[in-house]
Amino acid sequence: MMAQLINAVLLGGYYTVLAIGLAFMYSVMNIINLAHGAFIVLSAFGLLILGANWGVPLPLAILVMMVVMFILGVGLQRTVLSRASKGGELLPLLATFGIAIILDNMMFLGFGADSNSLAPLVGDLSWASFELPGNIFIGKLSVYILVVAVVAIAAIEFFLRRTELGHRIQATSQDRATASLLGIDTDRTLAIATGIALATGVLAAAALGLRSAWGPYDGSAQLLFAFEAVVIGGIGSLWRVLAGAMILAFAQSLGAMIHPQGFLICGHLAFLAAVFIRLRGGAFSLSSLISKGSKT
Amino acid sequence: MITQPKLTVARGGKTANITIGLMIFAAAILAATPWLFGVGGSGRAVALLVYILLAVMWNALAGFAGLVSIGQTLFFGVAAYATIRLADAGVNPYFAILIATGIGAVLGWVTSFFMLSLKDGEFAIGMWVLSSLAHLCVNLDPLIQGETGTSLISLNSYDIELRSKLTLWLALAITIAIFVILVLLLRSRMGAAITAIRDDELGARSIGVNVVRTKRVVFVLAATGTAAAGALWLASNTNFQPRAFFGVQWTAYMLFMVLVGGLGRIEGAIIGAVLFFIIETYFAAYGVWYLVGLGTVAVFFALMLPKGLWGWIGPRLPGEAIPTGYLVEKSKNEAE
Repeated sequence: MMAQLINAVLLGGYYTVLAIGLAFMYSVMNIINLAHGAFIVLSAFGLLILGANWGVPLPLAILVMMVVMFILGVGLQRTVLSRASKGGELLPLLATFGIAIILDNMMFLGFGADSNSLAPLVGDLSWASFELPGNIFIGKLSVYILVVAVVAIAAIEFFLRRTELGHRIQATSQDRATASLLGIDTDRTLAIATGIALATGVLAAAALGLRSAWGPYDGSAQLLFAFEAVVIGGIGSLWRVLAGAMILAFAQSLGAMIHPQGFLICGHLAFLAAVFIRLRGGAFSLSSLISKGSKT
Repeated sequence: MITQPKLTVARGGKTANITIGLMIFAAAILAATPWLFGVGGSGRAVALLVYILLAVMWNALAGFAGLVSIGQTLFFGVAAYATIRLADAGVNPYFAILIATGIGAVLGWVTSFFMLSLKDGEFAIGMWVLSSLAHLCVNLDPLIQGETGTSLISLNSYDIELRSKLTLWLALAITIAIFVILVLLLRSRMGAAITAIRDDELGARSIGVNVVRTKRVVFVLAATGTAAAGALWLASNTNFQPRAFFGVQWTAYMLFMVLVGGLGRIEGAIIGAVLFFIIETYFAAYGVWYLVGLGTVAVFFALMLPKGLWGWIGPRLPGEAIPTGYLVEKSKNEAE
């Protein structure tokens, strides 16, 4: 039981890493990037090529890919998103969905349907474990992923609240017109924000690639997990995403205990429950739910 | 003295009459397909009708109600599954298709109560979550045997020629019925509200349009039409593999048809569906490249021609092809 609880927390860490980029883009640009999962899988292929074919050590490969994905993100904003945003809220959705379809199938053409793994690049890390008192073993990798999730959120929150560029991003997200009146180059700011969102996806790609076998069409499943974590947690601070990811992971682990197919089903049900609660409470968030409970 | 120009308000006109004539002609050709092109032709005709249904419904949802859904496969797949289940319980398969369409409508009505509280992107993927939830639950049914799937066996009691004719005519009847309902809806008082929401949701709300109720009506209609399409697709292909019905490729097709044809115009959706049908006929054999091509064209249209082909053709025609609005004309010198 204790082991299952700990594993659920660690799984939540993985979902957090998945969801950071999606949540960041959604809160800053009000765009849900439907290609988020596809970009993560693309990054994973990048890591695989760098690591397995060119022998680049994984940490360095992650850094290289972050730069690559940042540039790709800037390009995405400049060519697709900025143009699509002018046509209303719907076009960015349609455009990113189209990009996801293109990327998924291009990766299938380029890399085939085989499942891949980054695990051989890191020696025994993918199966090594810590032993806790009570004869509980927990995977080292999952612990590191959770740590990365927490550090990444702390870093982004610090960046948004304490740095000048962070302030510029926040100003642009709150009121684009006023921000540009105040002399902020909003196009450039949004391009940087998109770049950051895609760069954090490389962390998710590393986690995805090391945890399990993956293939070119796995992006949509990762997108759904990330999205569910974001909706359950609520928008506002990235720490909420962490909470949402934990709830998602707990629901899934509970489901897996009830029925072999229950893992995904209970995750989706947790999402629906979150939507219901939001329906009841207007502005939805965990804290509003708690404060509502205390007021009545 | 001030002369007041006399205003005449008209609906339709020459373009509309020609369009109606063309559509009746097309319907007649489709109805006669079994004699013109045999059993294979009937199957293709059903495919065309299913594409038209999907495109018109997705367009009503995205173009008019402003609701982009990635998970309309929820209704598509659930209706096919319901048809299988009903037929297994001994219901006549054609009657089962109609009931399954009704089930789709009810499912749309129920889900609308919480899904419509989500906005834009959240609604889009929220529907996807619902669709994959339905997919997982359908897989649990022992009758379906997981991804292996099953067939609409009771259709075999019909001779193959009779079966293909019945399926085609049912598909034609349902498509026409849903199309007429949509056009009547758009021409009604609520249609004015729907068009107002399409053009400016905030503005519509400010002049007293009940946005949520209006969206719900469109959402339920779209659910109904998409469910009908799913049940008909099953009747035409007889095999039910959950992945083939809940798969995300259907969303890609809908997106392609509507974006290329023209978001927010019924004429556009129909043109998009016909175009997709032609492309699919000639290029589907290219498999993955075909999907890449569809995605690329859809993104190109979203960025470069967001109003689609009809956005280019429509304004060049005198009047509306499918009249849902009013034409106001000034006739001079009446008062003098």
